[in-house]
Amino acid sequence: MPQLKRYLRVLAVFARNSLIRSMMFRGNFILASLSNLSWVFLNLGYYLLVFRYTPAIGGWSIYPYLIFLATLQFIYGLVEAFLMPNVEEFSELVRSGDLDFALLKPIDTQFLVSLAKFDWSALSNLVFAACVMAYALVHIEQRPSLGAALLYPLYVACGVAILYSLTIILAATTVWLGRNQSIYDFWFYITNFSRYPLEIYTGPLGSPLQFVFTFLIPVLVVVNVPARMLARPLTHADWPLAGFALVATAASLAFGRWLFNRAIRSYRSASS
Amino acid sequence: MSAATAIHSRLPAIPLVARARTAWIILRISIEERLVYRGEFMLGTLMRFVPVITYVFFWAAVFSAAGGNSTGAPAAQHGGSSRIAGYSYDELIAYCLLTMVARAFSSMPTLASGIARSIRDGTIKKFLIQPVDMLGFLLIGRVAHKLVYYLIATLPFAFVFYLCRGYFTHGWPPVPELAAGVASLVMSFLLGYFLEAAIGLIGFWFLEVTSLLFIYMLLSFFLCGQMFPLDMLDTMKLTGSITAFDLARCTPLQYLAYFPATIFLGKIHGWQLIWGLAGELAWLLALIAVCRLAWRRGVRRYSAFGG
Repeated sequence: MPQLKRYLRVLAVFARNSLIRSMMFRGNFILASLSNLSWVFLNLGYYLLVFRYTPAIGGWSIYPYLIFLATLQFIYGLVEAFLMPNVEEFSELVRSGDLDFALLKPIDTQFLVSLAKFDWSALSNLVFAACVMAYALVHIEQRPSLGAALLYPLYVACGVAILYSLTIILAATTVWLGRNQSIYDFWFYITNFSRYPLEIYTGPLGSPLQFVFTFLIPVLVVVNVPARMLARPLTHADWPLAGFALVATAASLAFGRWLFNRAIRSYRSASS
Repeated sequence: MSAATAIHSRLPAIPLVARARTAWIILRISIEERLVYRGEFMLGTLMRFVPVITYVFFWAAVFSAAGGNSTGAPAAQHGGSSRIAGYSYDELIAYCLLTMVARAFSSMPTLASGIARSIRDGTIKKFLIQPVDMLGFLLIGRVAHKLVYYLIATLPFAFVFYLCRGYFTHGWPPVPELAAGVASLVMSFLLGYFLEAAIGLIGFWFLEVTSLLFIYMLLSFFLCGQMFPLDMLDTMKLTGSITAFDLARCTPLQYLAYFPATIFLGKIHGWQLIWGLAGELAWLLALIAVCRLAWRRGVRRYSAFGG
């Protein structure tokens, strides 16, 4: 328990330091928040435009789809704010040999390299997502049950954990591959599949895709499972996937942890 | 750095042959430089088609609901009976692939940020003291980059287009339209170059252009038409009879993807096509003039400190 308390204290220090650093360049911080916002705003506009031409996408009508988009923003916003800035830097740490300094510190290395920096400006997306969510929930036909609302944060956390594991797995490979600049591209291309309702992947090509990205690389459960909790009443048919999401989260976290530790063991310092 | 401009004006005029030789050498060096990363290039090109997969499924879902078919089967299977903004399902996928070709010509990653950075950190000095024009030098570099890109990317492109040949229901466009399409692609390359260069040159006046670049990136991403055909904006009335589509067609961004792609799709004919090409040329000439002017004024303003 004191161990956990210590880590939480360190986490608070990380958050505080990042906030102080952002506040040193306040103008830049505001601009970064605004540009993040304009990006999600235009993205929302795109889907609203598409809904002018169709009543539904993969069985999701407009308000459930807005819930889907808001959930997507929540999860990706959290990943981009807390994890992405660090993992992106990991390959640079490996290449330059600066990882030595992280290894020497009396703290878990994965914790340190995953959470040292927060990008507070990415949180503006969360506020926007909350507004979209509130709007959609007011207009949706059937309000979610209390149980679903309580499960929602848990599954958002699961989604973040799965995406995090995927990033740390990709980052860990840099130890073997040396320089790997296209990590972010690769991450983007894989997670691209998770940005749509899984119902759109049908047909002779879609079904295998759906299988691969649900059970082998579980990116499809990241947004789909929590969004479904709020967007439509829970039925018995939802439980297998919801149960699987928990298993997938535990498995990807464990695999990420294992691979990261193996990578660290293979690390040979690049510095003098 | 007015001293540099003074040096420039005192230099004897360089003969055309010598200039062509310099350009040729720069091109050769740039090509060799680019070929070093050919493996990464090839992989990167194939990876770029991954989003097309989700695009195909997404629009299949949109069309199947719009066409009243809720079974979730891709619209292609029921003949793509419905149309969205004048596009059938097949045309829309073909459009998506064609915009990727167009973007392969017009996208200029890191050009503007590179120019702005060289102004800020002073490396632009070398162009002030050497008898080499920066805009020309960088342009040749980009030509080399694109040539190598096509050399390597043609294979993956041909492969994907072969796989997706079923979506091109109209077949090859007639020769005049094909020629017009190629002309618009070449101009879209130049337009993309001078548009980004102009934004980079703003660095002479503002030290930090990152936020400006972000706005440009955002607008170009949505308004060049690579995300959706701009015709879809036609339902958005702004004032009176003016729609968002009309507004989008007033910007040069449409030439970066939308215009070439619609030519190849056979959606633009006759006078409309000629006017479109003329508009593209006019934007191109205007941007070249803006770049030249910005460079001249900027160099006069520029001051460098230290060694």
